[in-house]
Amino acid sequence: MRRRRAECNRPGPGPRYSRAMSVLSVTEHGLYCPAGDFYIDPWAPVDRALITHGHSDHARPGHRRYLATDTGAPVIRHRLGAIALETIRYAETRRIGAAMVSFHPAGHVPGSAQIRVEVAGEVWVVSGDYKPGPDGLSEPFEPVPCHTFISECTFGLPVFRWRPQAQVMAEIRDWWAENAAQGQASLLGAYALGKAQRLLVGLGDSGGPILTHGAIEATCRVMRAQGIALPDTVPVTPETDPRTHPGALVLAPPSALGSTWARRFGQASTGLASGWMALRGVRRRRAADRGFVLSDHADWDGLNAAIRATGAERVLMTHGYTGPFRRWLAEQGYDAGIVATAWEGETTEGDAE
Amino acid sequence: MKRFAALYTALDRTTRTTAKVEALAAYLAEAPEPDRLWTVALLSGRRPRRAVTATRLREWAAERAGLPLWLFEDCYPVVGDLAETIALVLPPPAQDSDLSLSARMTDILAMAAMDEPARKAAILDAWDSLGGTERFLYTKLLTGGFRVGVSQTLMTRALARATGQDEAELAHRLMGDWTPATTSWQTLIEAPDPAAALSRPYPFYLAYQIEGPPEALGVPADWIAEYKWDGIRGQLIARGGVHFLWSRGEDLITDRFPELAVARDFLPAGTVLDGEILAWKDGRPLPFAALQTRIGRKTVSKRLLAETPAAFVAYDLLEDGGTDIRARPLAERRARVEEIIAGVPPGGPLRLSPVLPFDDWQDLARTRGAARAAEAEGVMLKRADAPYLAGRKKGDWWKWKLDPLTVDAVMIYAQAGHGRRATLYTDFTFAVRDGEALVPVTKAYSGLTDAEFREITAWVRKNTLQRFGPVRQVAPELVFEIAFEGIRASPRHKSGLALRFPRMARWRRDKPAAEANTLDDLKALLEAPDRDAGSEGQRGA
Repeated sequence: MRRRRAECNRPGPGPRYSRAMSVLSVTEHGLYCPAGDFYIDPWAPVDRALITHGHSDHARPGHRRYLATDTGAPVIRHRLGAIALETIRYAETRRIGAAMVSFHPAGHVPGSAQIRVEVAGEVWVVSGDYKPGPDGLSEPFEPVPCHTFISECTFGLPVFRWRPQAQVMAEIRDWWAENAAQGQASLLGAYALGKAQRLLVGLGDSGGPILTHGAIEATCRVMRAQGIALPDTVPVTPETDPRTHPGALVLAPPSALGSTWARRFGQASTGLASGWMALRGVRRRRAADRGFVLSDHADWDGLNAAIRATGAERVLMTHGYTGPFRRWLAEQGYDAGIVATAWEGETTEGDAE
Repeated sequence: MKRFAALYTALDRTTRTTAKVEALAAYLAEAPEPDRLWTVALLSGRRPRRAVTATRLREWAAERAGLPLWLFEDCYPVVGDLAETIALVLPPPAQDSDLSLSARMTDILAMAAMDEPARKAAILDAWDSLGGTERFLYTKLLTGGFRVGVSQTLMTRALARATGQDEAELAHRLMGDWTPATTSWQTLIEAPDPAAALSRPYPFYLAYQIEGPPEALGVPADWIAEYKWDGIRGQLIARGGVHFLWSRGEDLITDRFPELAVARDFLPAGTVLDGEILAWKDGRPLPFAALQTRIGRKTVSKRLLAETPAAFVAYDLLEDGGTDIRARPLAERRARVEEIIAGVPPGGPLRLSPVLPFDDWQDLARTRGAARAAEAEGVMLKRADAPYLAGRKKGDWWKWKLDPLTVDAVMIYAQAGHGRRATLYTDFTFAVRDGEALVPVTKAYSGLTDAEFREITAWVRKNTLQRFGPVRQVAPELVFEIAFEGIRASPRHKSGLALRFPRMARWRRDKPAAEANTLDDLKALLEAPDRDAGSEGQRGA
């Protein structure tokens, strides 16, 4: 969290966005809308917070009032406990002060949203985290026309290009089958919110048993309760005997790999599902047996296409490779800038979420 | 190339030795012979020279990908590998080709004779017909930077399994000065070859650093001690009236050390000596830096020969009168070395590495403590009844190096690492104090844990003062103990000093920058090399 903020706040080469931000501006608490007196995904406690999705760098505790999508709300409640949370449906328009706001699918995780803010005919859209390609689980991303698009660019370099999801899922299935044939468990590290369920949906019809770490099972339980269909899972408890589930796929948060928790599965093969697995260096450093390139963020082509589709003239980058991506957009003719936020997207070490 | 890429992927995926040997043995049994030969060549470090400069590759890749060069350059430090960056930014291949590894290698070799437009066309065409790992590997081979985590020993084991031949015999065959252009699979691996046998060295036996006190080795009388010399490990071969000098890196370096031609005159036919090549003058070795002036030279001037003469300091005998005696006990081999060296003119370039007598381990510890004064790095301990093994094996040979010198220095610049350290800041420049100023003295890359590198990376991001391309100038706050093996005056460095083998011994979280060592502390080491700048007293043994 602090990492990205420091990166953006530091004086350095490349222009920083300094023009008066009429609809939204950055304060020490977060991205602020003066016309509606609210914040979007603020990183310090505020009176009213509009939340794009439940990941912890976006949905933080301590705000007085929350607004999130009805499909995103259950997980946010689960993570933040007793909060004053109002919900809104996708595309439903709501007036807050002098601003009109609406939430639109971001395709990042179930219930994730881009937030459209209109003040006096000027339309700004905050992307939150987003993924333009369909993942079989999240409500598919919809481009929202706007004047100013505030976009993440976690993977905003042309070395990041995702292959179709079906190919990656097939790779994971092959790996799982190979391990199962040798009587080994397949221990797959994935974010507890979003990635894990996406994998479940993509792999659930394979027939083999899928075991889940407590953090992942808890999120699955919340999603099942709100009516999202997820394949059956077997939660791992202290009593779980791995030998009764030979050749199982075990879904766990990345930080659980190599922990004492993972030791119960013996000589398991380990894998990680993350966009960073596109880089051999990160793959080797993370020391999993296999890396699967699967991200809930837009890749290079996805970012460029999504930005084009908004029709925005001005694009402000919030987190990721903001420097090079801003310069690239400027060279493409956009009025491009950087806004310093505390959002961090997918991290290389994969333990924050 | 697809088969080779599959092999590479299998080797790259696992750290288990058995899995690597299995994958490699299967490949070496099934692949076409020219591909096997190339694979053995590549895995034994016989890479062809770089076919094209990295600068051109960057330009062509950026152009082909439709990216501005600056954006390509911004990607490179994130990926941490040039070939991988290229493979990732290029558009998907338009053609499908499965040219074999050997065909690709032949094409790469042919590029040396091409003019630049032809070379560019050939490379763009190859990029456009290769996907994923194949494209990455092809580009690695182009840049001369191909590596994979397979040791020579492991490769030889796989080869033995694939061919049914003896491992030691294969290790011997693989040594020497061959390339896939000068030999064939049949000649190298299968057929008997007396001509090549004349120059062929034996695989070197390599020692491990001793762990813990030497008392654990048992009775001193079972062990033979020698200095651990700071030179180039070498094998001097005299067979059939000619002589050959091999370095441990398996380079034939006979011509670089013409003074050793005396081997032809004074060594009995069929002699193979194991020892150390050192710069040697006035009865004692010169520092390694002096030897370095000899290493790179293919032709040696008279002046250089006079200024920096070299000697071969022998400590083992592998072949005696044409017979392989590696299985004989060391004590017996040593006795023969002494007889042989006794037969050459004294004071010349063929010398004996003396046995260091010691009665008990304390005694040897004292000798080790004084090793630096003898221009040695420490002592070697070899079991008297041990045979001469091949490769790095634990048990019979140990090196007991001197404790390194140390200095507490301040980190002033940081740069992201390569390979598995990409996106982490791991390459640092360190300075010592000189009055109010900080003077850079050394760089260091290794010695910290991944967790420490992660922590420092986060710190660097928050404490960058200025950026110079990929290099960040950081607040001069973090202090590290830098260990190094030696120090010498160097007019090429700003500090006037150069450290040998610097690495980070530990992160001195307890020390503020104001308590780092000074340039004067380091200069004092030039005068009294046994003292340590970093700690209070003499390290001794």
